[in-house]
Amino acid sequence: MCLGVPAKILEINDGAAVVELGGVRREISVMLVDDVSVGGWVIVHAGFAIEKLSEEEAQQTLSLFREIADATEIH
Amino acid sequence: MLLKYIDDFRDPAAAKALVDRIRRAAGDAPVRLMEVCGTHTVAIARGGIRPLLSGAVTMLSGPGCPVCVTPDGYIDAAIALGKDRGILLASFGDMLRVPGKSSSLEREKGAGLEVRVVYSPLDAVTLAAAAPDREVVFLGVGFETTAPAIGGAIRTAAGRGVKNFSVLASLRTIPEAMGVLAADPEVRIEGFLCPAHVSVVIGADAYRPVAERYGIPCVVAGFEPLDILLGISMLLRQKKEGVARVENEYSRVARPSGNRKAQDLIRDVFVPCDTGWRGIGVIPSSGLRIADRYAAFDAEKKFGYSVVYAPEGSACRCGDVLKGKILPVDCPLFGKACVPEEPYGPCMVSGEGTCAAYYKYGGL
Repeated sequence: MCLGVPAKILEINDGAAVVELGGVRREISVMLVDDVSVGGWVIVHAGFAIEKLSEEEAQQTLSLFREIADATEIH
Repeated sequence: MLLKYIDDFRDPAAAKALVDRIRRAAGDAPVRLMEVCGTHTVAIARGGIRPLLSGAVTMLSGPGCPVCVTPDGYIDAAIALGKDRGILLASFGDMLRVPGKSSSLEREKGAGLEVRVVYSPLDAVTLAAAAPDREVVFLGVGFETTAPAIGGAIRTAAGRGVKNFSVLASLRTIPEAMGVLAADPEVRIEGFLCPAHVSVVIGADAYRPVAERYGIPCVVAGFEPLDILLGISMLLRQKKEGVARVENEYSRVARPSGNRKAQDLIRDVFVPCDTGWRGIGVIPSSGLRIADRYAAFDAEKKFGYSVVYAPEGSACRCGDVLKGKILPVDCPLFGKACVPEEPYGPCMVSGEGTCAAYYKYGGL
């Protein structure tokens, strides 16, 4: 029930944003997040963006996974 | 572009490396870890993670499925509101099949009860605004992830003057339930895999009291298979080092102090209260009721109905499943008198229920 889906913001109009969710365009509320911008990523739950996705942090976690995979291949 | 945030978190080479790492770090006896959240339960079952770690780690499933811990008295109150008052009910889809004392919303719907399934609580406000001569009650069930959305809907209705909208609230907070499980000597949890999206709202730091008071390591993890494996690996490292602190694997979304705007909204619209958890009992300060200043949007006050919590007395062992004391297969009803098509207990109803996940994905 606490599923949240990453979605890219396509439009913003006055407290609401349009995102694409599962191939369908849908309006969501952005009242819970500051400074959202078109092209940015948010996590959507029950019609609300509950947080912005940090690309920088995502990249750091992904590089950690790559390091772990590479370290094993060497051994 | 979207694939970057999905496929990369499912890389098989990294998964294998993490499984090896977990197996190396585990001791002679399997380490008892609990995934608190139902979304993790499903991801672990779907990803086949339990058998990969068997012998090294025992993953216990926690009480983190809101549908499963909603008392049957709540369903009874919702049905009564609809039947006695002719109120239009709006609900998340997964509540419909949850059994009350004698019926479910789905069964009543078949007999004429008006229940609309909505994706967002805001859809219920829209429904009410479009039908000003009808009372619309939204069945507000959820944890901290969902509370801001329900609070946001109440505030929106207040702002737009939608007076025929109200909420039958059944909201619960996770850290208090974790405290009860941490203190239970029968459960013996050695590490908590903390929920991803509850933590987005309340912040990873919210688990510090659990880690510090009970000496149990806590790691917030995302819902992708690699997130879960890395989270487990981090828990084992803490155990090996003999420390118990809060770490955050899901830093791409969850911040240490959480979403302040969402927290402010929760504090504005709701007040903490003692509440009953189906199968577990009453946990002090583990619920959120609608604050008096929004009483006009509180269906219990508006219509004079109250949700009664009464402990269940039956062969159903959902309570012990929710506390991690037994596995679904240890319940005498599992797979016999209780199957997804004809669920007896709430853990079999919800797609995120532990019993439903075990039934669907096999013995695990």
